[in-house]
Amino acid sequence: MDMINILTVFILAIFIGFEIITKVPPTLHTPLMSGSNAISGIAIVGAIIATKIGGEIGTWLGLIAVIFATINCVGGFMVTDRMLKMFKRK
Amino acid sequence: MEYTNLTYVLASILFILGIKKLSSPKTARAGNAISSIGMLIAIIATMTSFELLDFKLIALGMIIGTIIGAAFAIRVEMTQMPQMVAIFNGFGGGASALVAAAEFFTKFGTSEQTMFLTGTIILSVFVGTLTLTGSFIAFGKLQGFISGQPIVFPGQQILNAILALTLLSLGTFVTISGMQEINMFYAIIIIAAVLGITLTIPIGGADMPVVISLLNSYSGIAAASTGFVLMNNALIISGALVGASGLILTNIMCKGMNRSLANVIFGAVGLQNDTSDGEVKQISYKSSTTDEAAMIMDAADKVIIVPGYGLAVAQAQHAVREVAEQLEAMGKKVLYAIHPVAGRMPGHMNVLLAEANVPYEQLKDLDEINPEFEDCDVAIVLGANDVVNPAARHDTSSPIYGMPILDVDKSRTVIINKRTMNPGFAGIQNELFGFENSIMVFGDAKEMLTTLHKDLKEL
Repeated sequence: MDMINILTVFILAIFIGFEIITKVPPTLHTPLMSGSNAISGIAIVGAIIATKIGGEIGTWLGLIAVIFATINCVGGFMVTDRMLKMFKRK
Repeated sequence: MEYTNLTYVLASILFILGIKKLSSPKTARAGNAISSIGMLIAIIATMTSFELLDFKLIALGMIIGTIIGAAFAIRVEMTQMPQMVAIFNGFGGGASALVAAAEFFTKFGTSEQTMFLTGTIILSVFVGTLTLTGSFIAFGKLQGFISGQPIVFPGQQILNAILALTLLSLGTFVTISGMQEINMFYAIIIIAAVLGITLTIPIGGADMPVVISLLNSYSGIAAASTGFVLMNNALIISGALVGASGLILTNIMCKGMNRSLANVIFGAVGLQNDTSDGEVKQISYKSSTTDEAAMIMDAADKVIIVPGYGLAVAQAQHAVREVAEQLEAMGKKVLYAIHPVAGRMPGHMNVLLAEANVPYEQLKDLDEINPEFEDCDVAIVLGANDVVNPAARHDTSSPIYGMPILDVDKSRTVIINKRTMNPGFAGIQNELFGFENSIMVFGDAKEMLTTLHKDLKEL
């Protein structure tokens, strides 16, 4: 994939982000934040790849990155679910 | 590879759908589940398509991460949500920086370097490291490990400027000259780490909602730039989504506090040496008791509750819900007015009230609730101050002039519960307290509400 393609993807994703996130009501801004936080744990994909690409140092850096990113994903999705469960109708 | 990229597209679609479903509390929980499925798909696709992966090592990392993450998620109290989001941001940023660093060490000294690769590695390492240390400081401040007061020292701004400039020139140099000198790379990491700290320590506790939102955005930018390093669509799209989300929330928080982002970051607002303290003119106010408040409420048809962070500090969310239910049982309409900066992070107050079983239909944001005050009989302000100060509408000399406020003064009667007459965060007196239609009821919010509940029942 070349640079232009990947930049196109990035810029379009930002626009989609702005479109959908402005529609989230203020009531749900905390879950939005913890949920999007969990999504930024997507770095786990890079971390998994890094355990292979890195050779000796890379493998260890990759392992720490896997731990960090997993904390982010698992913790983020779980706590978001915990919060959203509390939002009830009358 | 084709197949992997295709699954990444699927994962990205699920993330977008997941966030889209957050547009209503009805579908939000399903949305979060959809996002997490997207994540699972991305992980499985990566594990199955790349060769030479050490599954045992990865599994070990995931197990450790899951235990720590789950422990945090299960045990955290809702009042502690800001610091938890802060620390998770830090881990996310740290993970991105580590991945980019791993790539640096692989390509170091080889001929496989391009300027684009080096530049994006430097960018991810810089933003990721800054997010990591900045988030840990924010966590420490919110958790009370570090003073919530702004920590300032002479020459702080100059130091920050020097650090930033050094970082910029080092980064540019390494990008242009290629990955030759490993010490320069280490220097970039160290400076980014220090900058994360020095940029966060001067920011006061009450400004933390902005900082957390901003760090949220950074963690997205770090993920996206790591995506550029690895030419990985999943990281780029998710990073862009998170970056956009953080920026939008940062903007909302700044507007809610009537401050520019630059003022929050460099202003060190919240220091105790406020000059305005001495000049505060005394306001004559009417002090009253809960049974009088109960009698006023008995005659009302519509009551709007305005919770501030003081309510959460007093742990009075359940008490307020009980009062609201009592009022409804008496046939009155009850709504809650939630200011954007009522909590310690965006939307925080809503979560705290939802936890106390307040139905979400009653939680109204600023734009929805303000017209409702016109025909409101009683507005009851609990531990909120600056966000209900009418000076924001008319007093051009006030530091909060132009700040969006809740128009409680338009109600027939305003009952204000505070512990003391001390000014709020902006350090200014609130003219509302002296208004003809205002009544002060002093005391701890929880005790006051419990007594009010009793008085209402005994009417």
